[in-house]
Amino acid sequence: MTPTATTGAWVLRSVRPLGGEPADVVLADGVVRQVAAPGTASVPDGAAVVEGEGHVLLPGLVDLHTHLREPGREDAETVLSGTRAAAAGGFTAVHAMANTSPVADTAGVVEQVWRLGQEAGWVDVHPVGAVTVGLDGERLAELGAMADSKARVRVFSDDGRCVHDPILMRRALEYVKAFDGVVAQHAQEPRLTEGAQMNEGVVSAEIGLAGWPAVAEEAIIARDVLLAEHVGSRLHVCHLSTAGSVEIVRWAKARGIDVTAEVTPHHLVLTDELARGYDPVFKVNPPLRTAKDVEAVREGLADGTIDIVATDHAPHTREDKDCEWGAAAFGMTGLETALSVVQQTMVDTGRMTWADVARVMSTNPARIGRIDGAHGRPVEEGEPANLVLVDPTASRTVDGAAQVTASSNTPFQGTQLPGRVVATFLRGRATVLDGVPVDPTSEVVA
Amino acid sequence: MKHLLSTQDLSKDEAVTVLDTAAQMAATQSREIKKLPTLRGRTVVNLFFEDSTRTRISFETAAKRLSADVINFSAKGSSVSKGESLKDTALTLHAMGADAVVVRHWASGAPHQLAYSGWLGGGDDHVAVLNAGDGTHQHPTQALLDAFTMRRHLVGRVGGAPDDGVGSDLAGVKVAIVGDVLHSRVARSNVHLLRTLGADVELVAPPTLLPVGVETWPCTTSYDLDETLARRQPDAVMMLRVQRERMSGGAGAFFPSPLEYTRRYGLDARRLAMLPSHSIVMHPGPMNRGLEISAEAADSPGSVIVEQVANGVAVRMAALYLLLAGTSAEGSVQ
Amino acid sequence: MSSGVPSLTTVLGAEEIQRALTRIAHEVVERSKGAADVVLLGIPTRGVTLAHRLAERLAAIDPAFDPAVALGDLDVTMYRDDLRRNPTRAVGPTTLPPAGIDDKIVVLVDDVLYSGRTIRAALDAISDLGRPRAVRLACLVDRGHRELPIRPDFVGKNLPTSTEERVSVRLHEVDGQDAVVIAGRGADEGSAR
Repeated sequence: MTPTATTGAWVLRSVRPLGGEPADVVLADGVVRQVAAPGTASVPDGAAVVEGEGHVLLPGLVDLHTHLREPGREDAETVLSGTRAAAAGGFTAVHAMANTSPVADTAGVVEQVWRLGQEAGWVDVHPVGAVTVGLDGERLAELGAMADSKARVRVFSDDGRCVHDPILMRRALEYVKAFDGVVAQHAQEPRLTEGAQMNEGVVSAEIGLAGWPAVAEEAIIARDVLLAEHVGSRLHVCHLSTAGSVEIVRWAKARGIDVTAEVTPHHLVLTDELARGYDPVFKVNPPLRTAKDVEAVREGLADGTIDIVATDHAPHTREDKDCEWGAAAFGMTGLETALSVVQQTMVDTGRMTWADVARVMSTNPARIGRIDGAHGRPVEEGEPANLVLVDPTASRTVDGAAQVTASSNTPFQGTQLPGRVVATFLRGRATVLDGVPVDPTSEVVA
Repeated sequence: MKHLLSTQDLSKDEAVTVLDTAAQMAATQSREIKKLPTLRGRTVVNLFFEDSTRTRISFETAAKRLSADVINFSAKGSSVSKGESLKDTALTLHAMGADAVVVRHWASGAPHQLAYSGWLGGGDDHVAVLNAGDGTHQHPTQALLDAFTMRRHLVGRVGGAPDDGVGSDLAGVKVAIVGDVLHSRVARSNVHLLRTLGADVELVAPPTLLPVGVETWPCTTSYDLDETLARRQPDAVMMLRVQRERMSGGAGAFFPSPLEYTRRYGLDARRLAMLPSHSIVMHPGPMNRGLEISAEAADSPGSVIVEQVANGVAVRMAALYLLLAGTSAEGSVQ
Repeated sequence: MSSGVPSLTTVLGAEEIQRALTRIAHEVVERSKGAADVVLLGIPTRGVTLAHRLAERLAAIDPAFDPAVALGDLDVTMYRDDLRRNPTRAVGPTTLPPAGIDDKIVVLVDDVLYSGRTIRAALDAISDLGRPRAVRLACLVDRGHRELPIRPDFVGKNLPTSTEERVSVRLHEVDGQDAVVIAGRGADEGSAR
């Protein structure tokens, strides 16, 4: 019998689960059948073999913050192209942000996105619901209807905009408790950031781009953790980017507030110095900050203050980036470079282990998104076979045009990054083999 | 020089060369026949994404005095209502065979993008880009004409001979730049150029109109105009234009009222009297008389505001000459 | 002539240069029937120096000639036709006598006359500056190889050269010595003649 991508059993030989001791891992019927010492596994008949050569096996990555652009901006990305890129990046689940057109603020839209994800079959797509109607920050969207829909929405966010009205934010934090939801706040005080183009500081002063003060982010985070404490809700802070934000979250956690925080790969490595060349590929919201902030978010991620890394994958068409900085769209792609950036900044620097990577890129985001029944599981017998196999010794030069995402706005164009996703498995089916996405409908002979 | 994008790119020698060349250009402008054949056959495009009749006319005059063909290309549009894209405009200009593009743009960095994007060709084929003011970033020819004006009045006459200070820098010249530094490309350009030329610059503004990060600039800052005038006795006082829209905006206004601004930061007769007799009063124009500068100050004997306009043509002639007259290969002036 | 070191041949010494200038001064006065209406315009750099020296001699010959009001510098940079073929040239000052050049006899003074293109540029510059009664040309060395229909009125020395050779005039005020030197003329070749 020829094993196929859909149905076959797999033996991953000599892989290192969470970077630990080598083992043979057998996948069958969508679950991890066996984890055994090398050479001792009982291999099912006709199982396909992947030679692990000491590669690192992690639970499939979970992105809590992905912009798939569909519906509305299919010219930049679709659910199909975006989830394919996610699989290539080692993800098995993504949360699709709500700022589509129409906005994902009704059960109808979130179910549409959920269904598109199912049809595509590359990763599990979990739509994020908008907190307010049309992201306008004026009245609550029907959060309960989205929670009860087929999409089972648990994460709500107006991402791209901030829920800045304090009473509205309070109500949202309280209301989602009814279905164990979480509000993921895009922390950006709007009045302090009118027309803002980049981090406010030495570089903005010199190159004449309107500044985006750190306090505009920190003030909202400070307010929100206090609100969350007051109403006893959980709060998730999207893409925090400043040293001050890290300190506030650290303080809130010490106080026992139920807050989680995320950082993007790009805020772990890039700084506002990159704006000097006025290349809009470096224009992003929140903006790239200073080297001091980069160090603070790395430290926060290592010590657990920051719970997760999320990509904020924001594909844009060439037209939206091939223009003046002031006219360009905010955002950069991230799905296919996230793991490499985390390896480079956290693992290769000795600040984190691969087990920590599994925690911040899989276990924690799955738990925050309440999909931890299927994702972010341990690599153990009986667990769902959502896995990614990584070759940490590989290295590659990033080429935006060659990426799987439909857009090419990567800030890492031309740079060398470590690590490579060798294979991704979604419920025991290979979505990526030998670094190449495998069409779910195709038969693969291993 | 390949492009003129920012005064930060100019070394002291380069800056002095521009000023010296401008002095020769200025000399030709007092002749009966003002036109020179120097740039015959070259095409200069004035590409204006933002209205500025004064600056456009100054560049147009400069280019025509050097016999270049001038094409005015107005491509108005804003970040809100985008017109033709910068890229397509650049490709068009390159196809039309422009040798230099003088660009005024609302977006900081647009000239930099034009120069380095490859949209205007590259290598031997490159089109010189001359920044005529971009967003709140830079306006290098304004700073150069300001430095030229200062040198004429404050350096050239020290030795007695009115030689326009040719060959000299501005070592030791004390300059106060007063007003909306935050939004001013003129201030940014001047701070760097004047420092490069050895002048001492103090920025004077309400704290709301100084950018965060100004502490790293090569100058000092003050919130108190009277104190600066009394203590520093500046040789030149440059008043920046206050944009009307900075006063409105309710809670976001940068100062309480025009009257209060004038009281604290306006150059009036009383403050004029605090200056040394040799001091000059400058303004990049257009002035808000009665707001940042009173009629007494604007029309005083020390005012060189009208002369700044004339010097602008000479400085722009010099910039065009230095960008276009030599081979396209990079190299210093011989 | 295989040696890699360029050979230098001195073709005019200090004395010969002085004598040549004195002769030119006399010729100028003679040709212009006195020096009263003469204006000397030196072409930078060494033409300016030569013009100053000529002015001293003219004043000595004809007291009606006052160097203070009859001497100027003519920078022709902005009139050149070869700007785009060379690195950017610095623009020098042009200084005219206070009374200008209208109805004067302008004598252009340059060090070496070669292709004639500099003089063409100078003639264009002059026509933008005024309308002299006549324009004449004085040069210390005429090395031939004209590319334009231009000829000098007063020549210090005619110097047949090949285009590979480089002729340079050195003057005490600029170079610390007076000499006319040819570089690139082979020593063997020179002695064989």
